[in-house]
Amino acid sequence: MTRMTLGKALNAGLRRALEADPKVLLAGEDIGKLGGVFRITEGLQKDFGEHRVIDSPLAESGIVGTAVGMAMRGYRPVVEIQFDGFVYPAYDQIVTQLAKFHFRTRGRQRLPVVIRIPYAGGIGAIEHHSESPEAYFAHTPGLKVVTCATPHDAYWMIQQAIASDDPVVFLEPKRRYHDKGEVDESASPLPLHQAQVVRPGRDVTLLAYGPMVRTCLDAAAAAEEEGRDLEVVDLRTLSPLDTATVVASVQRTGRAVVVHEAQQNLGLGAELAARISEHCFYNLEAPVLRVAGYDMPYPPSRVEHQYLPDLDRVLDAVDRSMAY
Amino acid sequence: MSPTTADETDLVQLLTPEGERVQHPDYQFDGDDAEIAGYLRDMVLGRRLDTEATALQRQGELGLWASLLGQEAAQVGSARALGPNDVVFPSYREHAVALCMGVDPVDLLGLFRGVDLGDWDAEGTRFRNYTLVIGSQTLHATGYAMALERDGMVGNGSAEQDAAVVAYFGDGATSQGDVNESFVFASSYNAPVVFFCQNNQWAISEPMSRQSRIPLYRRASGFGFPGVRVDGNDVLAVRAVTERALDRARNGGGPTLVEAYTYRMGAHTTSDDPSKYRLADELETWRLRDPIERVKALLRTSGAADERFFADLAQEADDLAADLRRRCLQLQAPDLHAMFADVYAEQTDYLTAQQQTFREYVDSFETGADQQSTTEVSR
Repeated sequence: MTRMTLGKALNAGLRRALEADPKVLLAGEDIGKLGGVFRITEGLQKDFGEHRVIDSPLAESGIVGTAVGMAMRGYRPVVEIQFDGFVYPAYDQIVTQLAKFHFRTRGRQRLPVVIRIPYAGGIGAIEHHSESPEAYFAHTPGLKVVTCATPHDAYWMIQQAIASDDPVVFLEPKRRYHDKGEVDESASPLPLHQAQVVRPGRDVTLLAYGPMVRTCLDAAAAAEEEGRDLEVVDLRTLSPLDTATVVASVQRTGRAVVVHEAQQNLGLGAELAARISEHCFYNLEAPVLRVAGYDMPYPPSRVEHQYLPDLDRVLDAVDRSMAY
Repeated sequence: MSPTTADETDLVQLLTPEGERVQHPDYQFDGDDAEIAGYLRDMVLGRRLDTEATALQRQGELGLWASLLGQEAAQVGSARALGPNDVVFPSYREHAVALCMGVDPVDLLGLFRGVDLGDWDAEGTRFRNYTLVIGSQTLHATGYAMALERDGMVGNGSAEQDAAVVAYFGDGATSQGDVNESFVFASSYNAPVVFFCQNNQWAISEPMSRQSRIPLYRRASGFGFPGVRVDGNDVLAVRAVTERALDRARNGGGPTLVEAYTYRMGAHTTSDDPSKYRLADELETWRLRDPIERVKALLRTSGAADERFFADLAQEADDLAADLRRRCLQLQAPDLHAMFADVYAEQTDYLTAQQQTFREYVDSFETGADQQSTTEVSR
């Protein structure tokens, strides 16, 4: 067991993937000498060379499009999109090309590309640096979408994503990069596409992922002082969703609150609410509630604390659920 | 000069529209008559395939067809310059390139008939998948070329060991961001890729002048690699120019932009009506520059081919067309149930359940059951 930050855990996971498979390549803007603007790839170019840790020209579509080409020749490119709000120039290559190749070639062409995206807000950043684009990708057949909430998961999930023969959008909660936690490098990790109950409870299920997992754990700790026992599920995988873990939890508690930073309309919360209503209709004591970003573009950072779900908004939703 | 006029000073030509061999200071074609006759065969078969596919579309057997008419020399000349390891990333009308590379022509029809999404042995034939989103494949080509370099397949000094990539695209595609990004990446990494632009003068209804104020090949200099304009209707010149560019790429010299100056003699696709936006005069001008007629004239003059040769070739082309038609009509709709398994390398439980639901729904009709499946999506 090693105690490290989530950012360092990603770095260690990438290092281990580079060591394990010579076909693994990293590419992205500023990931070489600088080690990425968040230093996630720090030291990797020095140790693995410019041919495997590639500083890319400043063109996101080019980064993903060339990764597709490298994957066609058997490489496993892991590309970094510098910030969530800069993924859209690559959106066409991701959705139109990367996601569809396996299907259109009837499985002949696998494209094991990982797209790492530091995402979501809460760091006082300027415009386009705090967004949560997960629903765009989760809606797209052919892609898998995952996100980590702890250093341990960061370390293992990035390696599992790289080992996946499907393209994976790997969302990194940038405001949690400096959170510390224990990483067990010798543990056998959970399967990549499995959710995890990170806090068992009886009264309400909080469904969260990425940066909101800690928010929900904090909310659960606060609720405990008021005598409420909240269960927290870290979804980990957004596409495919691990419906079974979610359903099992809500069948126990009878109440569910989905928490995400992304805008509410047609977000992951909508899909979760639909699946819960399909599978837990007779278990539900209250409608599934959502605590999400409001349906506006990400606001200026001085008011992001009002825009983002936080402990109080989560507990407010818990109150409403319990009052039903 | 205008981007839409071919200037003799910058157009590499080795065979005139009248069928006369001419010299060029930088490029020569070294092949013999048999090779030239082979190119003629490639072009005639390509055109015949195209004619048959167009007919099949008119008869309702294909949903759409993108004709290569007029671009036979650009496609055959470039394809015949390929080495044994070179890989092609086509756009969607490189049917003659596909033929040269050994793709079964009926496989090209699946996409247009709506029975698949363009599925052939892209790895084995080295003719990668068609790409309908304009210009996207140029980035795949560049990435693939970067991978070739990582695999040690550049600069060994022999076409048997080395490899390069050819990315095909059109004049319209040069306006796309992806094409320009591929130029940047290929230049920056010195990737072994030949950007082969078939400038057929028209992007559906938009003339070349809407895409560029300068000749396309000159754009290359701004990206830091050579550009050359070749008479795209001259199969000998295209062959020579592409071969030079491929050699350069394989030897570690980096990318080249080849602008094959040609003309789209037909419609953009079978859904298009060029009479609404271009003049018949223009078509007549280009008809006199036909890529096939000039080679026939050359072979007649040199005595390398007689009427028997041409008759046999025409028969071979008709046989190919008849076989293509017969097998096209046999192409059946795919099984949607099976296609659920194609979405992912590792199918998700959710999709497996959806596949099962679909099967049960379909079966509920076939078995005469009066109730639909109540099987739930379990995950």
